[in-house]
Amino acid sequence: MTTVSSAEHTRRDFLYIATGAVGAVGAAATLVPLIAQMNPDASTIAAGAPVEVDLAPIADGQIIKVFWRSKPIYIFHRTKKEIEEAQKVNVADLPDPEADSARVKQGHDQWLVLIGICTHLGCIPLAHQGEYDGWFCPCHGSQYDTSGRIRKGPAPKNLPIPPYKFVSDTKIQIG
Amino acid sequence: MSGHSTYQPQSKVLQWFEKRLPVGGLFHSSFVAYPTPRNLNYLWTFGGILSFMLGVQIVTGIVLAMHYTPHVDFAFRSIETVMRDVNYGWLLRYLHANGASMFFLAVYIHMFRGIYYGSYKEPREVLWILGVIIYLLMMATGFMGYVLVWGQMSFWAATVITNLFSAIPGVGDAIVTWLWGGYAVGNPTLNRFYSLHYLLPFAIAGVVVLHVWALHVAGQNNPTGIEPKSNKDTVPFTPYATIKDSFFLIVFCILYAWFVFYIPGFLGHTDNYIPANPAVTPSEIVPEWYYLPFYAILRSIPDKLMGVIALFASIIVLAFLPWLDTSRVRSARFRPLFKQFFWLWVIACIGLGWLGSKQPEGIYVIMSRIFTAYYFAFFLIIMPLLGIFEKTKALPNSISEPVLGAKA
Repeated sequence: MTTVSSAEHTRRDFLYIATGAVGAVGAAATLVPLIAQMNPDASTIAAGAPVEVDLAPIADGQIIKVFWRSKPIYIFHRTKKEIEEAQKVNVADLPDPEADSARVKQGHDQWLVLIGICTHLGCIPLAHQGEYDGWFCPCHGSQYDTSGRIRKGPAPKNLPIPPYKFVSDTKIQIG
Repeated sequence: MSGHSTYQPQSKVLQWFEKRLPVGGLFHSSFVAYPTPRNLNYLWTFGGILSFMLGVQIVTGIVLAMHYTPHVDFAFRSIETVMRDVNYGWLLRYLHANGASMFFLAVYIHMFRGIYYGSYKEPREVLWILGVIIYLLMMATGFMGYVLVWGQMSFWAATVITNLFSAIPGVGDAIVTWLWGGYAVGNPTLNRFYSLHYLLPFAIAGVVVLHVWALHVAGQNNPTGIEPKSNKDTVPFTPYATIKDSFFLIVFCILYAWFVFYIPGFLGHTDNYIPANPAVTPSEIVPEWYYLPFYAILRSIPDKLMGVIALFASIIVLAFLPWLDTSRVRSARFRPLFKQFFWLWVIACIGLGWLGSKQPEGIYVIMSRIFTAYYFAFFLIIMPLLGIFEKTKALPNSISEPVLGAKA
């Protein structure tokens, strides 16, 4: 390439920069579909649509498990004793402070709906086990109470609550 | 290209690295400073285009492989999922399918260029033979890729092509059973074709490295067929060839994009949108367009084994070109008779391609036989004889002389 004094900007400089800019835009545009194709496709998203669960068959004290978006969801029909245990706890003492009322829908205290994935490293905790009458994770020993809050063990956070709502008193829609 | 390059990296870090692994110098001497004949025309841009298309096929193929299921019950459906559900799946699929056609279009132009200008002649024989190997690998890859769709054409093309090997006396049937992994084309066949279809492009890439290396040893041929005599005859690869290659690549991609976005199914066969049915053979079985000439040659020979031999011979004969052509003059530019026979051969190739799409009956069979005879005669009779009897035109003294006059 012939040398040009740096004071002048030649047509060649303009062409190089313009071509480079268009090339960069083209390269970025090429990456978009290649990266986007790895995101969930339309059928996966459709399969993740909200699910309705009928609560009527669930007995007092019973915990059932359903799946939504490939995640296990525990639905707990709590007895009066279990609700009291959850509400009596001093929230400030908890490793992840959260009041029980924040984890249930108003007027539906007896229904606890949570995602059954241990917040430590992702195993499914076992229901009706552990010292706190809630869940016990067999992988590393985390223990959750009747509100699904972490009490003991390596898990950092309470069991998360999925988005859900009551479509009637005996039916919820998760998602 | 032997010896160390004159490349000096700017930064200390790059100098440190260069001392330990001189990739910078290798790249510089191969693609920046590399002396390129100054009279190359656009037919010389197809090497770069082919490298680009190999990259496109590999990249689109790898992302498609993330969504494809290589099982007879799910293959066809998984491709429809790609088309309908996967984000930009339709684009990736059409890029890959039409990319294969564009890959073959480019390779045929690249090969025709080589034959016309005598690029296979001494000292580029190994370069040429590596090219034939790449072409064979491309044909195998393309065939297996088409089978993966598991439509009617996929299945029956697999059946026909694997059955070719049954023509081999004695071990033929055992070979076919071995290829199938069963008693007919089925799930084992599909699975192994998927594995090999993923593997072979990387084998192609390896042979391409050898191909470019062999090229850089001898240097490019050029339209006059006369080797560069001085550095007046050459220019540095960058920026001249780089820009010329890039420009024509973009033109080529416009054609590619035309197919992908406006007529993506044009080069395919509608029967491949019917899921494979092992009980029903379609009324006509045709391969993709790039195999049609060889299909015509196969069907023009009435004997089963001789037909298969003719099919393979029509490709293998290319490897012997450097020795079949006895002419001392390289380029057809100075070989008036060869030029005419060459264009007749091109017409024969295109004619065979058209005939490959027709049913093998009546006038089509007669024409196929005539064109097949000419195809082989061009290589086995005309080329050896022309070298002896052809009166070639006077060669200029150098590449630059016809343009710059005696000063060059």
